[in-house]
This record gives sequence, C-alpha cells and structure tokens, in this order.
Amino acid sequence: MNVAVVVFPGSNCDRDVVKAIKYATGDEAALVWHGETELPGETDLVVLPGGFSYGDYLRCGAMAHTAPIMADVKRHADRGGLVLGICNGFQVLTESKMLPGALLVNRDLAFICRPIEISVERDDTAFTSGYEKGQVITIPIAHYEGRYHLPENELELLEERGQVAFRYSGGNPNGALNDIAGIYNEGGNVLGMMPHPERYSDRAVGGDDGLPVWLSIKRWIERTGA
Amino acid sequence: MDYSKAGLRKEEYDALKARLGREPNDLELQIMGVMWSEHCSYKSTKPLLRLFPKDGDRVLLGPGENAGVVDAGDGLGLAFKVESHNHPSAVAPYQGAATGVGGIIRDIMALGARPVASMDGLFFGDPEERKTQALADGVVKGVGGYGNCVGVPTVGGKTVYHESYRGNPLVNAFCAGLVPTDRMVSSQTASAGQKVLILGSKTGRDGIAGAAFASVELAEDGSGVPSIQIGDPFTEKLLIEACLELRDKDLLVSMQDMGAAGILSSSSEIAAKSGIAMTIDFDAVPLRAEGMEPWEIALSESQERMLLIVEPEKVDQVMAVAGKWELDCAVIGETEKGDHYRILWKGDTVADMPASVIGSDCPEIPWPSKRPENLEDRWNFDLDSLPLPENWNEEILNLLGSHSHRSRKEIFEQYDSMVQTNTVIGPGFPVSAVRIEGTDRLAVMSMEAQPFMCWLDPYNGSAEVVARSCRALAVAGAKPAGTTDCLNFPSPEKPEQFWTLEQSAKGMAEACSSLKCPVVSGNVSLYNETANGPILPTPLVGTVGFVENIEELLRSGDWSEGDRLFYVGMPNPRLDGGSYLLNKTGRIWGKPLDFDGELENEFILRAIETAKRRAASSGMPIAGGGLAVALAKEAGASGLGASISIPCPTRRDVLLFGEGGPRAVYSVPKNRLVLFRALWKGYAVTEIGQVGGDRLTLDNLVDLSVSEIRESWNL
Repeated sequence: MNVAVVVFPGSNCDRDVVKAIKYATGDEAALVWHGETELPGETDLVVLPGGFSYGDYLRCGAMAHTAPIMADVKRHADRGGLVLGICNGFQVLTESKMLPGALLVNRDLAFICRPIEISVERDDTAFTSGYEKGQVITIPIAHYEGRYHLPENELELLEERGQVAFRYSGGNPNGALNDIAGIYNEGGNVLGMMPHPERYSDRAVGGDDGLPVWLSIKRWIERTGA
Repeated sequence: MDYSKAGLRKEEYDALKARLGREPNDLELQIMGVMWSEHCSYKSTKPLLRLFPKDGDRVLLGPGENAGVVDAGDGLGLAFKVESHNHPSAVAPYQGAATGVGGIIRDIMALGARPVASMDGLFFGDPEERKTQALADGVVKGVGGYGNCVGVPTVGGKTVYHESYRGNPLVNAFCAGLVPTDRMVSSQTASAGQKVLILGSKTGRDGIAGAAFASVELAEDGSGVPSIQIGDPFTEKLLIEACLELRDKDLLVSMQDMGAAGILSSSSEIAAKSGIAMTIDFDAVPLRAEGMEPWEIALSESQERMLLIVEPEKVDQVMAVAGKWELDCAVIGETEKGDHYRILWKGDTVADMPASVIGSDCPEIPWPSKRPENLEDRWNFDLDSLPLPENWNEEILNLLGSHSHRSRKEIFEQYDSMVQTNTVIGPGFPVSAVRIEGTDRLAVMSMEAQPFMCWLDPYNGSAEVVARSCRALAVAGAKPAGTTDCLNFPSPEKPEQFWTLEQSAKGMAEACSSLKCPVVSGNVSLYNETANGPILPTPLVGTVGFVENIEELLRSGDWSEGDRLFYVGMPNPRLDGGSYLLNKTGRIWGKPLDFDGELENEFILRAIETAKRRAASSGMPIAGGGLAVALAKEAGASGLGASISIPCPTRRDVLLFGEGGPRAVYSVPKNRLVLFRALWKGYAVTEIGQVGGDRLTLDNLVDLSVSEIRESWNL
C-alpha cells in the first residue's frame, strides 16, 4: 500500500508511524512535508501523526490545518481515500472539520502517558477489520488535550451513526464524553484517535495490540483496490 | 568597572592582567567574569575532577567536548551527559526545568547526535509542604512540557525528598543521543577562513548572566536573580531536525551549542580549542530586543541557538536548510589566522583579546578543607537501641508507601516515555533500556544518587552511588561503558563543605576506577544553599552500558509461577543511612558500609553472565529499603506472590531492610537452576523460596497480598 505520512513542523511521531507500518506490512511509507501542495500520486492512506505541530502554541492543530498539504488531504478524503489522524493528527482533523467535535484539555490538567484499555466499537471498517467487535485492546495514550467534546445533540447523532471507533474501557483517563477515544467521519474513511497504535505495534517495546490497525488497512486497500 | 562586579577575585583579576599584559576594558572584564565563573571554569573542582578515570574500552570521546561518547557498536556512538539547572528551577520552576532539558538536548545535538533518551534527577523538600508541592509540580510540568514537545522520551530518573532541598531544589537533566561515528561533529575543528553562523532563535535579554547566577548562593530576598531563560521546545525540535540535516549533508565544520554565556562562550571556546582567531560582528546577530548593549548580546542565554562553523562556499546551502525549518540563521563572523578574539559593534572594536587567554584556565582555587568535627556524631547509631518490628507486614507496607519508595508514576506518567518507539524498559524500574535503531543492541541506563549516605560518609556514600548504578546495569546484563556525573554541592568556601566535596569526588573516583566505569562527561553545581542551610552532598551519576540483543536483557518485575528465588550477596548489609532507619526514627544516621571493589567486580561479572546466558527470569538489585523492599517490588510488579524462608545469621531487620554492598534477588526457572547455581558458585548465594500464588510470605513474619503491596506502593 502507498502511505503518505505528513510532517508538520513539530510532528514527532512521524518516523514512528513509518517504522510501525514497515514492521507490520513491510511497506515503506513516504514522509510528506507540510509545505507540499500535492500528495504523492497513488496515495492510499494519509497519516497525520502525533506530536506538537507548530508547538501547539495556538489551539492544538489550529495552525497545522492551514498547511498547504491539507487541501489535498481533504480532496483525498472527499474521494473516499483513507485518512488516519493519531493524537495531534486527530486534533488537526477536528480543527479542519474533517471530523466533528473538539479535543479539550484533560480533566486532571496533566499530560498523561501510559498504556490504556480501549474497546473496539466496530470491526467492519477499513481500520479495524483485524479486530473483533467489542474486543478490548491495550494501546498507549500520550496527550495533554485529549478530552473529546461535542454538543449533546451532535453527540447523539454521532452515536446513532455508529461513528465511534474506540472507547476507553478500563477507566476514562481524560474525561472524554461517552468515553470516546476515537471517531470516524460519516463515510468511515477518516479515523481520528487519541491512542497511538504505532507505539504498540511491536512487542519488544511493550505490546502489539496496535498491529491489526495497519494490517486491516492493508487488507482493505488490497481488497478494494482503493 | 570593578573586577568584583564582574565576579572575579583579586587573584583572578591579577592573573588576567598578567596574561593580557594590560588592563581589560569593561566588556572584556565582563567576558572574563563569565568565562571564569565557577559554572564555566570549574575553578574550585578541577583538581578533583582530574581524579576521575577517563579511559575505557568503549570510550570514543571523554571530557572536553559537549558530551562524552561511547562506542555503541555498528559504527554508532552514544553521546551522553548530565547537567544541572538548579538555581533557575528554584526561581522559576517550570521554565528552569524546561530550559534544563532543552540545554542538555543541545549538548547532545552539538556532537551531531540525534537525542534518543532523557532522564531526570529531581530533589525536592518535604513533599507534605505546600510550597514544595507547588515547586515540584512546576518542575515536573516543565520537564514534561519541554521533553514531550521536543519528541525525546523521558525513560527514567530519580526523585529524592529531603528538607535540605527546600528552596534549593535540584534539577539534573540527562540526555543520550546516537551519532554515526564517521559523522560526529566537534567543537574543536575550525580553521582559518571559515564563516561563523548563528542558527535558531533570535538573541534577546533573557537569561543574561545566568552562569554567574549559578555560581553564588541563592539570596533569600531574590536579589541577584537574572532574567530567566524561556524555553521554546518547538524551535528546539526544528533545530534538532535542521542540525541533523546539516550533518547528513556534510555542511558543518564545527558546531557548539549556546549554553551558559551564550554567543561569547560558544564562539570563544571554538576559537580557543581549535587554536584559531575569530572576529564576531554583533551588528549581524539577529536580535529580538531593541537597544541591546554589546555585553548583553555577548552574554545573553536566549535558548534554542547553535553556533556553526561553515566553509564559505557552503553558507548558501546552510541557509537553505535553515529556511526549510523556518529558523533564523545569520553569518555573524569569521575565523582567521592568529590568536585574537575580536568583537565588532557599530563599526568599533569593542573587545580584542587573545583567544588563548579567553580559553585559558582560570587560576584554580585551593579552598581550605577541614573534616567536620561532628562527623562521628552522625555515626553513633546503636543497633541495640532499635527494637525489632512488632508487625513486619506493617513495616514493609509503610516503607513501600513512604516518600523514599512510593512509586513515582504520578511524576513519570506526565512524561512521554515512549515516543521514538524504542523504549523497552521505561520509568519505574532500576534501569531503563532503549533499542538502538538499525541494530539488535540496546542501551541500558541508570540514574543514581544517595545523598543520605553521602552526608554520613561522603567517601563511601559516593562510591556506593557509582556502585549502585553499575550493579543495576549488571543485573540487567549490561557492562558499564561509562558514566556522567553531576556534583551538586553547597558552597565550597566553607572548609567542612569543601572537605565533603573532596571526599565525595575521591570516593567516586575510586569506585569508577575499580569498576572500570570511566567518567566521560559531567557537570558541577556548587553554591546550592540558602539562608536555611546547605543541601545534602548530592553527587549524581547517569551510567550507560549495552546488551547485545533483547534476549540478553534481564528485566525486573518479571517473576513466573514456579520460579525459585535466590538471594545473592553477603548477608551483612546495614540499616545505617538507609530508608528503613529514616522511616522508623526520622533520622539519617549511622555509618554506611565501606566500598569493596573486589566484591563489587565479582558480583558484576556474575550478574552480567546470568543475564547473558538467560539463567534467570527476573533480577532485582537490592538497594533502598533492602531485601524486603526488593521482594515486595518484584512481587508487586510481577503480580505474583512467593513463599520465602531465609536463614538469618544477623538480626532479622538488618537482613531484611539493610542496604549497601552488592546484592540482588533473582527468580530462576526450574530448567535453569543448574546453570544459575554454577554461575554463582563461590559467591554468597542462598535459595530462599518459590514464586506462586497471590501472597508474599516470609517465614512466619510476613504475609502480604500482592494487591495490598501494589496499593501501598501506589503502583
């Protein structure tokens, strides 16, 4: 599969994503500088990685969503292409309105880095077919602004449409509404999640519950030829 | 201007005049005041630092550069160093700690290395006190705020609480980075005819005179506090990537980070160490404040700046890389033949001294030294006066939950310990381990400090600090390759305090020599005292070693059902100076064990073999809180109990809670028993029990559930 990992100034999980994809699938993902105006041709999956784009000095993701490359990322998503935003990447997706809602400062006003249990809400999407519905997996979080928020009526709609991808299941670390750890767009081709699947893709560094994310995506792409 | 205003003593001023052959002007005087401050010149400690062994099998670069480098194999070097940021953290906890992290990262970058792991040594006052809580919270948030953003994992550290650090906390930041040895960058390789560039943030008024501030005691009224440096981790992250790109495109001749005394120190050091002349034009320096005087530009400690030496024909390419990363970059001077170091400003020459004088050593200060008269009073702990515990369960749980041993997860979970996805062992264990990308090898590191022992017996206590870090590495399977030290002490001007510093350095030097663990880099932080008194003597080390692959790494907290348990080491620990005695009596007293190099080396050799040949499933060096705490932590972290019975040739509390000397607990799978016993044959080794169930029992004294252990420990 052809993967483009966008590098914003201040991204710091970009190389980790490349490494995880290589380990999981053997595929070499391309790093794409934020200043580019076009994704590489044939891109199947765009990953917006974790980190502190532009230092997060403004609202997290607020600067990054105006980066030149983002226009093409949106076009890619509009065409039904896959986009995965992890942590800061999730924040970029909400800021750019590719996903609804916002990520607020954690309930306890502290950065939290630790492995955490989440449940997989759907197993019929491009990103999660390698899991079983309801499966509880352990993947690390590492964020200061990860409390998912959405106005109540929109939240109901989100739930009705089955847009919740992952929920915190062993205690809610940040106060996110409905324990939400990750969500899809309406089309299911854009996923934003606070936990870092790339960090638990290799047992040598703690666990590999994140591995099925990459394998699911690869299988999906091969099957749909998307 | 009076020389004392520049921080120089009469002898130093006279020496300066003699070397210059004339009176310095005001700017030159200020320059030398900073260059010859304690922080930059080590004038009080140079003779002591000379005692440390510097050479070892794996040492590629010893002291003298921005960090030491050891051979990490496969053409890679591991650069590492620890540095203090104590006084700034006392005044501005968040920014002080944050810029401490930023500064040590730039030291590592200066060698052309990519920073791969950080650790932090934090020393705070009484954690029950609100002022300390607020200060500690600021420091922890500062370490995290910077380290998390810059993308370097904080994989371990050390936290100690004691009232002597009230008002004078210690923040010691460690960083390690990897560099291909053939692309290592030096600060000593400039030659004439090259350009001097400044890369990174603009220069402002922040942090002016920080080095001088770090070289005096903290005043109660806050006087003498300079404008504090402000950290910008986002710029640092860009700076890291830009420097690595410059390195990989072979655009650098030489590089130096700007730490204490900013442009002045970095440029004059390159000139002096490279043996060349240099002219710097202050009008070319990008400034962020208006109307800055030349001395302010010279001494500004604005963060996130690097000084580069570049061949003239490569300047455009350097500018292009800087532009890509949206960093300021400017040519501010050139290197020349000769020995002058010249500063131009508004068309005038405002300073012109021989580079060799600026880079020359400050006259050393032979501070008078006197053994404290009351030293023996600290030792007069009488074991017979201490009653045996009535309830052993309670004693163990109390100790686990005490400020000495309680899990530090409330601190380290605020740090990103996993970014770069190489962290194999993160915070909360005796060692940390990170994969070295592109190889099977792991770098194993341990940070250690034992200020209580060092106060009681600076020589043996400091040797114990080195030994503890080496033991922890050895149990994990790594031979110590080298160490970096931070000597945190109060003012050397009081003879008894200087004696303590001397003894401490001698003890460390003996241990490092004996254990073949060279000191490759380090830092000295003196004058850590307030009107309330001095800090405890606090030498800290960060020791590094390697294991060849992940199978040869022995973890702790990894018991398996049915494993046999072994206690290795002499059954002669002491309660003296240990956390049990402190917890029980509220006092730090007694005489710690003497350092025994032969015993340590025997232990280290066998421990490394044990890990390498996979003769055990889990290994825990016995340190603070003794055997009891080691067993409880192993049980708690493994989530398994054990039934233990142990012969006791001494008092039970001494055997269970005593500290000092090489000792460890191993769990051994049944099919490795023969090998394990063979490896430890001829050393003191006792089989003490078997892993299983959910309770930790010891003879008929201890009976604890694993869950209550975890709860007390706050796991």
